[in-house]
Amino acid sequence: MRIKKTYINGLGCISAQKTFDTVFLEEAELNENDTILSLKVPVYKDFIPPVAIRRMAKGVKNGIVASTLALRDAQLETVDAIITGTGMGCIEDSEKFLKAILDNNEQFLTPTSFIQSTHNTVGGQIALGLQCKAYNLTYVNGSVSFESALLDAKMKIEEEDTSSVLVGGIDETGDYTMSLFKLIGFIKEENQSPYTVLNSTTKGVVFGEGAAFFALENEKKEHSYAEILDVEILNKLEVQDVEKRIIAFLDSNDLAITDVDAVVLGYNGDVESDLYYKDLADSTFANTPQVYYKHLSGEYDTASAFGLWVGVKIIKNQTIPEIVKSNSLEKSAYKTILLYNQRNGIDHGFTLISRC
Amino acid sequence: MEALKQELKSKIVEVLNLEDIAVADINDNDALFGDGLGLDSIDALELIVMLDKDYGIKLVDPKEGKTIFQSIETMAAYIGANRVK
Repeated sequence: MRIKKTYINGLGCISAQKTFDTVFLEEAELNENDTILSLKVPVYKDFIPPVAIRRMAKGVKNGIVASTLALRDAQLETVDAIITGTGMGCIEDSEKFLKAILDNNEQFLTPTSFIQSTHNTVGGQIALGLQCKAYNLTYVNGSVSFESALLDAKMKIEEEDTSSVLVGGIDETGDYTMSLFKLIGFIKEENQSPYTVLNSTTKGVVFGEGAAFFALENEKKEHSYAEILDVEILNKLEVQDVEKRIIAFLDSNDLAITDVDAVVLGYNGDVESDLYYKDLADSTFANTPQVYYKHLSGEYDTASAFGLWVGVKIIKNQTIPEIVKSNSLEKSAYKTILLYNQRNGIDHGFTLISRC
Repeated sequence: MEALKQELKSKIVEVLNLEDIAVADINDNDALFGDGLGLDSIDALELIVMLDKDYGIKLVDPKEGKTIFQSIETMAAYIGANRVK
């Protein structure tokens, strides 16, 4: 059996930037003053019926809008599978539900926030909206939640019976969770702005949230954006082994470092976490155009889905916007792009995409 | 009774997140479910919890709900007669 290729035929992205009705970050604004980036959202009611919207937290709304945009972009009515990745799930409703338990002394628990608080709420709501009873799975694997979903999606596409998959990464912030993250130093301390991502000397990150969806198909179309060549995830990896791992990953796809036209790295501004990218930037990919993106999206478990959106847009537009360049190198053509993301040395995700 | 009806309308709008509906838009005899406000079974659960939490009324027989939650008028009458707080 010949393994089928995986093409990205549609995109939808809701983020801290205006990514839902723009071409490619032409309206991007750098915010280095806040420790939590807020979203730029569309008019939800243009996408979701008012009766349904009243129960939805922002993550669900963003997931539904981003997936709708991806499907429309791919000119698809429905899909053979819906696969999502999320690190924290619907944390807003989880907080609401847990607070209600405490406030009401474990009594009078209302159903809505409980129903909406599960990690697979977004996947479920998309399926309900589409009346799609096909394969529906949500991966919750920290910073490789999205890559886990993407890997599954790719494997589904390679199967004979699956021609289209909607895959996405969604995470939302919750006030209480953010306050805890500040307390334990996950989020940078206040009053230390500007919070630059590159060459940061402090611990912690600027946090964010968002939803990015991709309509994948086993068929190349006129409007196809890129092909997903490979996805690999690893739980733990030592700094000194990253280059070796990347070379092996590329080699398994018959590629070498010099074949990579741009590398998209998941710098998040945490001085220790970003050590993983230092040697890659200074040595391995010293002659390769380098891209970063979390200064625009903030850090969250599925920020790499925003990173993939950036990578795919680079391939489609054949240009790297100044605002995401982390070095000054350019290429005349961007055919093959490697994305690498990890957080604090765990949950390493490698994604390889190419022009199709 | 009039004050209770107003209170119920406010609570329903707030508890059920009826974003596009103002208290003034709800008439005392409007159907809460179906063609009226268009509430559904999850809303019914929210209303049952609200009766318990705010008025101390525990609905033992779910069939009762159909009559009680017909409209603001029927809800107010039932709460007025059965409330313990």
